[in-house]
Amino acid sequence: MDQFVINLIFVGGSFALYIGIAIWARAGTTADFYAASRGVNPVVNGAATAADWMSAASFISMAGLIAAVGYGNSTYLMGWTGGYVILALLLAPYLRKFGRFTVPDFIGDRFYSQTARLVAVISLLVMSITYVIGQMTGAAVAFSRFLEVDSTTGLFIASAVVFCYAVLGGMKGITYTQLAQYCVLIVAYTIPAVFISLQLTGNPLPQLGLFSTHTATGQPLLQTLNEVLMELGFNDYTGNHGSTFNMVLFTLSLMIGTAGLPHVIIRFFTVPKVADARTSAGWALVFIALLYTVAPAVGAMARLNIITTLYPEGVQGEPLAFDNKPDWMLNWERTGLLRFEDKNGDGLIQYYNEANPPARAVEEGWEGNEMVLFNNDILVLANPEIANLPGWVIGLIAAGGLAAALSTAAGLLLAISSAVSHDLIKSMINPGISEKGELLAARISMAFAIALATYLGLNPPGFAAQVVALAFGLAAASLFPAIMMGIFSKKMNSTGAIAGMIVGLGSTVLYIFTYLGWFFIPGTNMLPNTPDNWLFGISPLSFGAVGAMLNFIAAFIVMKMSAPVPTEIEELVESIRVPKGAGAAVDH
Amino acid sequence: MSDKSTDAYWKANVRIITICMVIWALVSFGFGIVLRPLIAGIPVGGTDLGFWFAQQGSMLTFIALVFYYRSYMNKLDKEFGVEE
Repeated sequence: MDQFVINLIFVGGSFALYIGIAIWARAGTTADFYAASRGVNPVVNGAATAADWMSAASFISMAGLIAAVGYGNSTYLMGWTGGYVILALLLAPYLRKFGRFTVPDFIGDRFYSQTARLVAVISLLVMSITYVIGQMTGAAVAFSRFLEVDSTTGLFIASAVVFCYAVLGGMKGITYTQLAQYCVLIVAYTIPAVFISLQLTGNPLPQLGLFSTHTATGQPLLQTLNEVLMELGFNDYTGNHGSTFNMVLFTLSLMIGTAGLPHVIIRFFTVPKVADARTSAGWALVFIALLYTVAPAVGAMARLNIITTLYPEGVQGEPLAFDNKPDWMLNWERTGLLRFEDKNGDGLIQYYNEANPPARAVEEGWEGNEMVLFNNDILVLANPEIANLPGWVIGLIAAGGLAAALSTAAGLLLAISSAVSHDLIKSMINPGISEKGELLAARISMAFAIALATYLGLNPPGFAAQVVALAFGLAAASLFPAIMMGIFSKKMNSTGAIAGMIVGLGSTVLYIFTYLGWFFIPGTNMLPNTPDNWLFGISPLSFGAVGAMLNFIAAFIVMKMSAPVPTEIEELVESIRVPKGAGAAVDH
Repeated sequence: MSDKSTDAYWKANVRIITICMVIWALVSFGFGIVLRPLIAGIPVGGTDLGFWFAQQGSMLTFIALVFYYRSYMNKLDKEFGVEE
């Protein structure tokens, strides 16, 4: 069967499933729309959280990022899972006990201030909107490669599907489609990894294969990879070649950023009890780790596979000829994400590190690395083709990539629309709005959010990649400290919390803009973005953790100088610290 | 529930959170990054223990921590009579 038809069956089939679920799980009340009436089984919520969290970046980009650097990019693995320990221990159970619908809801009520609520809404909107752009463009890439439609059409199809289940079903529809999407994406990610692990090491579990013997050379896989890379002048895979200090800070920023992302936090509002929120966080981590422990194996194995393809006779032998390029290279060259250039005109592809060329490069007249572009995103998507797997595996990867992008997009869109309909309209502009009116407002804001996301997906700002760093930095520096202090400090008052959020937010934005340009406009950065210019050697990507520190410090200083918290707020904090009496959804 | 037992419950909770977070930091920032050179002598499948912690071990420990905390707290809730 033609590959296109196979892809169409897999993608079309999965979409039909999502729409079916949407019709089955329609939302009738605002409690349905915002929190699936708090009736979601904790294990189901764990899987939905995993799909909600694992975005196009986790599914498509992460293994490629790890493959490109090796040990140094372990930061993503530890950072993006370590955040769930923080969520499970420090945030989720108490926010569930608090029993409202949104993150600004908690901040506004706990700090008895509409200003605090507004700052939280603004942070939420900035981070969620920047995040959703990445999901839409990720979906568009998957569409254009696998379904041979142009990316504009692909984007419209994706938006229409999300529209169906997000507007109709709200959190209820999103939860059950995310469950289905988790199944699709984990199967799609695991199957090619199992095949490749079997091919390279004979071990069907990629997690074990990564640390097993490479069948072809008879020595450990990672040792082979290290040797092959160093032979071509690259850094070894398992060594540490960056700054340890930045690695720690970046990991910490990713961890607390993860814990502060509103679209993840609101998933824990959907379970019936406080104890379920704790259970749910554990299952979410299990489901996430199923992919995250496979990713480093995929990264290392695919890197080795690519080098073996380019040097069929071993790294000391003759490189691959341009005329013998396998089909997957031709396919991906057409997308513009992979490019070769015969610099010395010998018809062979020399792939090596130009900055540190091996001895043979001079002897054999190599004139530069000839795989001039290899976009990290190709790695996972092209994996089945690189390993010569059957056509249905490629179809599965297409459906999986789309599931990852769409499930995260839906979660983000819900966070955006509930911030607008619940926090802006219901809590600030028109408190007298009826239940029906609020539900309608929620649906309309959802439709607007989808339209905005589609527009931004069609016209992505050139700086989308940097903006994701900003989203994590903001979550880490503004929302996370405010929520944590709201639970763990009875004395934290509104002025302290607001000052903290503003200092955290302001310092992070300022630091990032200083090195990456004001609003990311090229050329407007005040200092070059190189390690010698960074303050104390802190990379702008790692600044979120520092911003969070500044937030805590500012909050405590201002708290000491301003009026103490009212007694009823101290009582509120006491009540969220114990599980008893959480019950059903409370509205105000 | 009296104020005294609320305080005791919260103290016990903060204590277990602190213990878990110390382990959380030890396996990731510690064994995975800063302390990696100290345990570099322990080989694991073609590399060293620190690499294993950075790419696999820390995640497995995180899962164990969250489930341990959950069962500990479920017991604590019952002990203090604050469960739902």
